[in-house]
Amino acid sequence: MSSCREGFAAVLIAAALTAGAAQAQTFPGIGRPATAKELSAWDIDVRPDFKGLPKGSGSVSRGQDVWESKCASCHGIFGESNEVFSPVVGGTGKADIETGRVARLRDESFPQRTTMMKLSSLSSLWDYINRAMPWNQPKSLTTDEVYAVTAFILNLAGVVPDDFTLSDRNVAEVQKRLPNRNGMTTDHAMWPGDGFGRRAPDVRSTACVRDCGPVPKVASSLPDHARNAHGNLAEQNRGVGAQRGADTTRPAPTTLAEAAARATTVASAAPASRTEPAALALAKQHACTACHGIENRLVGPSFVEVARRHAGRADLVDYLAGRIKAGGAGVWGPVPMPPQSLGDADARAIAQWLAAGARP
Amino acid sequence: MTPPSRSEPIRRAGDFSLGDAVERGTVPSGRLVKAPEHFLDPAGIRRAFDEARHGRRDFIRRAFAAATAGAAAAAAPTVAAAAGDGDDPAILNLPEHTTGLGQPVVTDGYGRPSKHEANVQRRQSPGLTQTSQASVSFAPLQSLFGIVTPSGLHFERHHQGWWDVDPTGHRLMINGSDEKIVRKPMVFTMDDLMRLPSVSRFHFIECGANSGMEWGNVAVPTCQYTHGMLSCCEFTGVPLKILLDMAGADVRRGRYLLAEGADGSSMTRTLPMELVERGEVLVAYGQNGEMLRPENGYPLRLVVPGVQGVSWVKYLRRIEVGDQPYGTKDEVLHYVDLMPDGLHRQYTSIQECKSVITTPSGGQVLLGTGFYNLTGLAWSGRGKVRRVDVSVDGGRNWRQARLETPVLSKCLTRFNLDWVWDGKPALVQSRAVDETGYVQPTYRQLRAVRGSRSIYHNNAVQTWLVTESGEVRNVQLS
Repeated sequence: MSSCREGFAAVLIAAALTAGAAQAQTFPGIGRPATAKELSAWDIDVRPDFKGLPKGSGSVSRGQDVWESKCASCHGIFGESNEVFSPVVGGTGKADIETGRVARLRDESFPQRTTMMKLSSLSSLWDYINRAMPWNQPKSLTTDEVYAVTAFILNLAGVVPDDFTLSDRNVAEVQKRLPNRNGMTTDHAMWPGDGFGRRAPDVRSTACVRDCGPVPKVASSLPDHARNAHGNLAEQNRGVGAQRGADTTRPAPTTLAEAAARATTVASAAPASRTEPAALALAKQHACTACHGIENRLVGPSFVEVARRHAGRADLVDYLAGRIKAGGAGVWGPVPMPPQSLGDADARAIAQWLAAGARP
Repeated sequence: MTPPSRSEPIRRAGDFSLGDAVERGTVPSGRLVKAPEHFLDPAGIRRAFDEARHGRRDFIRRAFAAATAGAAAAAAPTVAAAAGDGDDPAILNLPEHTTGLGQPVVTDGYGRPSKHEANVQRRQSPGLTQTSQASVSFAPLQSLFGIVTPSGLHFERHHQGWWDVDPTGHRLMINGSDEKIVRKPMVFTMDDLMRLPSVSRFHFIECGANSGMEWGNVAVPTCQYTHGMLSCCEFTGVPLKILLDMAGADVRRGRYLLAEGADGSSMTRTLPMELVERGEVLVAYGQNGEMLRPENGYPLRLVVPGVQGVSWVKYLRRIEVGDQPYGTKDEVLHYVDLMPDGLHRQYTSIQECKSVITTPSGGQVLLGTGFYNLTGLAWSGRGKVRRVDVSVDGGRNWRQARLETPVLSKCLTRFNLDWVWDGKPALVQSRAVDETGYVQPTYRQLRAVRGSRSIYHNNAVQTWLVTESGEVRNVQLS
């Protein structure tokens, strides 16, 4: 009997342990405490109440210097460029600073939304620049440079004067002047928590089944001239199955027989996969392609343009390798190319590829 | 069924095949024949192996003779079988793969699709973005079956390019917005995370901007571009709740979380604690049975079921628990939905119920009239898809489609419907209803509330026009 009682007690203890485990499961040997230094290295976020904002300051004029050397190549001298990204500045006015609502956002004909038209919390702009800018060298700015660039953008948008210095001590005051500070709402049913209140979805439909309205009429379709804008769709569908892709290099067929004849003669037209030149892979690896397309102009000239312009130079490879490393301005326009921090061998490989015509 | 036993007569070595046994009627079909050592004595096993060795020599001799004969046949002039009316040369003329020797094993240690599948590719939409590092590639939905997106065809969205991160150097940190909210901030290695109890779940991921180009009018030709910022995979990982408990998070006060990536953009997004408490949010390393692909956040990403893709932070390095939302760059300057009154909706996260027909769909050509399996995908960020209706007359009349299993919460659901095309123009649409009763709206209904400048969260009913020539076009109805 005694052994039976012991057994019972053991079951009870086991049950108690199980219950304990359900409350706080432990995983001995897994994970470790974060050190203070590690926390400060990674915990860089800044909240709308400016929690997390490090101490520091930066003037508009200092910001202009940083901007012109590190930001203008993508965003334009005045933050107005639409070449690489949507414009940073524009579309806001003095009245918006008073109301905190950007009037242009109600104007359906206004073509584009700029950063400053949307910005409702200053912390978001500061944090954006601090964590992700410059685009190809994120986290390379000092804290004071981030303040300075933020001040410069605010100055371009007329939020702060030319002689202004932005700092952790006056951000809350500047926040009160943001043109779109009152422009956000959480009045919707698309937040999967309770924090903003519970609402029914805004768009209501019904699952009508018979004779539902209205009588259908085609209101929008792609114009004929855009037929091939996404490339030949025959090459974007499987060559076997219930259907084929339409041959968009030719006008649409008019009869079923014509379409079927065409579709079955267009075999798998996808080009055999080619190996990309090693130098192009290097150019991508070193983010050259962020500013240069192969045949299209982005921030800088296309690779093919570069190859064409300097063709015939005796010292072509040396010249190009040197320019890649040192950067420069004036050959292709006012926007400077910053010096690139890649190795000599890689710079030379890219230069040789350029010299040979930059073939993809 | 009685298992084979020693009481059965010992057989000769050549007899140990299921086929023989079934043919001779000694073993009923479907019965497992045990390996010889289970019912042979030691002498019998020796004899079996001995005969097998001799048998192998015989096999090699026979194979050599066959190969020689084959070579002789190949050298002789080939005479194509004469195909008469109704005879298919594909049947009459035996192809090389029927008459020759195929490829050896492990020609490619990780395999790849058939070369005939070369048209099935992720693609960029020309002109959509000026750079290819802050860009998107669309999954070829028109070529996929079932609900799973092959990992190599999963759509891509990068804000500052993708990386192939060394998993041995990758860390995940859990901390709090103040010292009290997370008692014990922690660091985990990938080894740590992969030792913890894991779960595997199928979920869709959709970019908030999917179909965004079509808010105002038709802009792109195929469902790859209209709906291809959508994928669905089985994800494997650790429920985030486990890690928060380990770190001692105060979930009474900490009702928000910040997820942060380790790449250049260091993507940050606010999450509600409710989803984490329900065990839905995963810290995932597995995707369709393999590790995540680098383009999808290798070695670690957040899985936030039902929520737009931008919150599924890739290269996940940090989770912070906080007492208020974070207003990150992608919650203030991007991923905000402009409404007609000029206000931006902030923290719009749930992907509402939506569907699209993938066959027939834009840019395709039907090869003739007659039967088609009209097929497509439906999903909802609020749970399971309850039903899908299909119209071929532009929304006047609807028929209920078959939902194929599995039908899972916050996961793609495949639907099918028999359709006989009579050769007349048809306006093909699908309309999904989810388990909350929400009905996917038309463009007219959606625009009446949200205008056409939202960019994000376009879940309108898609219309494909099947023209008389069999070509299918993307259209919108008035």
